Amino acid sequence: MNQTDKLILGGREFSSRFILGSGKYSLNLIEAAVKDAGAEIITLAVRRANTKEQENILDYIPKGVTLLPNTSGARNAEEAVRIARLARELGCGNFVKIEIMRDSKYLLPDNSQTIRATEILAKEGFAVLPYMYPDLNVARDLANAGAAAIMPLGAPIGSNKGLVTKEFIQILIDEIDLPIIVDAGIGRPSQACEAMEMGAAAIMANTALATAGDLPLMAKAFRQAIEAGRSAYLSGLGRVLSRGASASDPLTGFLHD
Amino acid sequence: MVKINGVLVDAAGKTLKEFLASTDYDPLRIACERNGEIVPKSRYEETILEEEDVIEVVSFVGGG
Repeated sequence: MNQTDKLILGGREFSSRFILGSGKYSLNLIEAAVKDAGAEIITLAVRRANTKEQENILDYIPKGVTLLPNTSGARNAEEAVRIARLARELGCGNFVKIEIMRDSKYLLPDNSQTIRATEILAKEGFAVLPYMYPDLNVARDLANAGAAAIMPLGAPIGSNKGLVTKEFIQILIDEIDLPIIVDAGIGRPSQACEAMEMGAAAIMANTALATAGDLPLMAKAFRQAIEAGRSAYLSGLGRVLSRGASASDPLTGFLHD
Repeated sequence: MVKINGVLVDAAGKTLKEFLASTDYDPLRIACERNGEIVPKSRYEETILEEEDVIEVVSFVGGG
C-alpha cells in the first residue's frame, strides 16, 4: 500500500482501514484476529463489570491498538453520553462510536438522537464516530455537530447482507467531507472491497468474522479485500461501455488476409 | 442499602474504595458511577456510600 495513504480520525493517523469488532467470539482469538486483519482500531462495549469473570478483554488486545468503545445499550442521547463518559473514564482514550437504538429487532440507529449525542460529546473533546442510517441531511448535521467520521450501515447489524444501502452510502461519500466508514451488515470480503472501491474510507466488521468458519483466515481475507478496494479507488476504476465491446488485443496483424 | 449494579448491598457507610476492596473487581479495569455521576478513581477513597445510593461499576467487554 501507498505509505502516505493514511486514514485520519480524531487527529490521529492510521495505516489500516479495517476496524475490527470484538464481539461474539473467544477472547483467545482476538490477538490473531487483530494481527491477521492488520487492524489498528478495535471496538468494544461497556457493560456492568462481572466480578466472577476474571478475564478482561483488555488483556487480550495487543498493545498499540486504538480502542473504540461503542455506546451499545443506549436508547437515547443521554444514555449514549453517559456510556461514552464511562468509557473514557476506563482510561483508554477519547474515541467513541455512538450507537443508539430503540428496538432490538432491527437494531436501526436513531439518527436524531445520534446527532444530539454527537453534539454533546464532540464539545467534550471526544473523537465521535456516529453509527447512522445513511441519510445525507443527517450526515451533514453530524458533520456540523463535530463528528470525526460518519459510519453508515450497509445492512442491519449482524445480518451479513452486504451493501443494501449502497446508493445512499455513495451519496455520503460524494457529498460529505469526512471519512465515511461502512459499519454493519458487511458479510463478505467482496462487499468490503466494493465499498472501498466506491471511496469508503474504512470498513468496520464483526459478525462477518465471528460467524465465519475460520476467524483469523477471514480476518486476513477482509484485510486483503479492503486493501484491494482502496488501491482500486486510488487508481480510478476503468470505464464501463454502455454497449458493444472493445478489443484488448491489436486489431492488426491477424494470421489471415 | 446501596444498589450496586442492580443488587442491594449492605455497604452504606463504607467508602467506595473499601467496598471495591471487598470485591474482586480489578480496580484498574473498572469505572464507577454514583447516582449518575462518574466518580474519578482519585475520589474512591473520599466517596462515602450512603443509603439508597445507586452505584454502577462497569468495564469493557467484546462488542461491535
